[in-house]
Amino acid sequence: MDTTEALDMPIPDQLEETVISGKKDIDLTTVGDYTTENPRMKIRDVNVFYGAKQAVFDVNLDIGSNSVVSMIGPSGCGKTTLLRCLNRMNDTIDGCRVEGRVEMDGKNVYARKVDPVLLRARVGMVFQKPNPFPKSIFDNVAYGPRIHGLVRDRTDLEEIVHTSLERAGLLDEVKDRLDQPGTGLSGGQQQRLCIARAIAVSPEVILMDEPCSALDPIATARIEELIGELRKNFSIAIVTHSMQQAARVSQRTAYFHLGYLVEVGPTKDIFTMPKHQLTEEYITGRFG
Amino acid sequence: MSRAEQIVSGLARRQRAEKRFRAYGITAILLGMSFLVLLFTSIIANGYQAFTQTYIELPIYFDPEVIDPNGDRDPQALFSADYWKLVKTSMYQQFPQVSGRSGRREVTRIMSGGSAFDLRERVIENPDLIGTTQRVWLVADDDIDMLMKGYIDREVPEDERRLNDRMIGYVDTLDEAGIVERKFNTTFFTAGDSREPEQAGILGALMGSFLTLIVTLLLSFPIGVAAAIYLEEFAPRNRFIDLIEININNLAAVPSIIFGLLGLAIFINWFGMPRSTPVVGGLVLTLMTLPTIIIASRVSIQAVPPSIKEAALGVGASRMQAMFHHVLPIAMPGMLTGTIIGMAQALGESAPLLMIGMVAFIVEPPSGFTDPATALPVQIYLWSDSPERGFTERTSAAILVLLAFLVTMNATAVYLRKKIAKRF
Repeated sequence: MDTTEALDMPIPDQLEETVISGKKDIDLTTVGDYTTENPRMKIRDVNVFYGAKQAVFDVNLDIGSNSVVSMIGPSGCGKTTLLRCLNRMNDTIDGCRVEGRVEMDGKNVYARKVDPVLLRARVGMVFQKPNPFPKSIFDNVAYGPRIHGLVRDRTDLEEIVHTSLERAGLLDEVKDRLDQPGTGLSGGQQQRLCIARAIAVSPEVILMDEPCSALDPIATARIEELIGELRKNFSIAIVTHSMQQAARVSQRTAYFHLGYLVEVGPTKDIFTMPKHQLTEEYITGRFG
Repeated sequence: MSRAEQIVSGLARRQRAEKRFRAYGITAILLGMSFLVLLFTSIIANGYQAFTQTYIELPIYFDPEVIDPNGDRDPQALFSADYWKLVKTSMYQQFPQVSGRSGRREVTRIMSGGSAFDLRERVIENPDLIGTTQRVWLVADDDIDMLMKGYIDREVPEDERRLNDRMIGYVDTLDEAGIVERKFNTTFFTAGDSREPEQAGILGALMGSFLTLIVTLLLSFPIGVAAAIYLEEFAPRNRFIDLIEININNLAAVPSIIFGLLGLAIFINWFGMPRSTPVVGGLVLTLMTLPTIIIASRVSIQAVPPSIKEAALGVGASRMQAMFHHVLPIAMPGMLTGTIIGMAQALGESAPLLMIGMVAFIVEPPSGFTDPATALPVQIYLWSDSPERGFTERTSAAILVLLAFLVTMNATAVYLRKKIAKRF
């Protein structure tokens, strides 16, 4: 999701008219337990504003260690906005204001002293559209370790690049052409390259913003498989439009509606016995 | 009428419209090209003769009595000796029948005053010439040059042309002896300005333009790019910044002579910098070029997909790293294009340079940034204003040099841009 898209996001009170007719008085307080055992990050009472418009309302959510939490909901429900709060990518958008706490190791990442550079090294991100740098495959992966000074010499760097590409399941396909431009790969390969680039700095959390929406089903399947692998080492939060994908890759699912977190719980419960009326309507395909 | 028929009936009209539009385009391009051809033919037709010059081969006796009366080869004496006398003596020998003060003056008028400087250089370079007689090719006067190039019409009544029948006769005599020749005009590329067309050269103006543009490039490119980066990436969005942006856009439209006045007031009168110098010229042209470079740089930064910056920020690059490692390399070709346009403007600019005194008559080509200098467009202006026929062709030749300079400069920039673009 790029900056302009975030700004053009439909604003909740306009949507309210159009989405579900005759159900304006629906209770939007969160159903289900938003906490989890052993959380890696905690979102507490977060409100996000774009200028005067509020995009996210009082959200509480935990990102569990070594598990995948998926965020689903109709377009404009604030899930991407919330995801971008976790590594303060929203800082780059003019007029975006975040209230509340996003905690990592008990400290608010929005505290004055926190440097977003360090935060983003610990909380990596994979974007909706594959966005490799217009440089070689090697340099794409090596960029993070280089700027953070994580390597002493070329051998270290090569090792990091190789392990990262291997963990992203891309090494076998590209090991003979590491000096070729990353932009020359196919869409699915590019997205895996972006994942390799994100894990090269050994983040603790990986945020994925609809990572498969620009990919074909085969590339999607490979990424999903990869997410299952990555879960062993990283905590993952993924925004997706595909409910099947959420069901396949995540342990917990959060359903958002008009900026509110409506329901959250174990993925299998959400999809088999949703408690909230809106969740049920969404997953049964009545709207969205 | 079926839907397909409806569409078909309109198709012919649509195709005609497209054909018409293509014809307009081709006409526009042909018109532009023909004007360009016209321009070049006229300039080249007027100017190509300036690249040759008439030389006359004379036997010169390097008379020790004249050059070195003391016989000690003192450089000072060699420098200040009367070499013109050697030329005169040789010319009198060519035409022994001519006598009388005015007749002898006519004979010596055939040669250029510059031939004396030529002899002086030869002697200083090789003092062994003194006492010998050498046959030397010397520059003829510009009127003789014009006669040889066919610009002086012999059919015109005698009192209406610059050379009388007697002088034409002398030149014809020399020509028949086979000692008059058109040679490549090296003076034009090695000398500064002069009052005499045959001694005037473009080197002074060329060096002046070169030094001025070096100053302009070194100042305007980094400052312009830095300003563009700040405004695009770091500047807060508020009224003050809006005001700055509006003013930058307005400055791009300010007539250049105003910048010259500003330079005169600030750099020369207030800061006390030397007038007529490339450093002041460069500063003034920097002011003039900056808005162009800033605007072009901002546009090319804006054209970089935001996803690249996000990707860099996403792995923890600082804003500056994201800018310098990723955005700037992609935006650089666009920035260079803006710089080329700005520099080409600066090269062709004469009005602001007039204001800061670069219009001065400067004989010695400048060797540094603080030497008095003039610039190519100003030199063209000065020569076009001179009455001598010799300056008319030199004006066109100077325009050709200016165009060659421009083409070289742009070709370099395009080459650099290609090289940078290829790397990413």
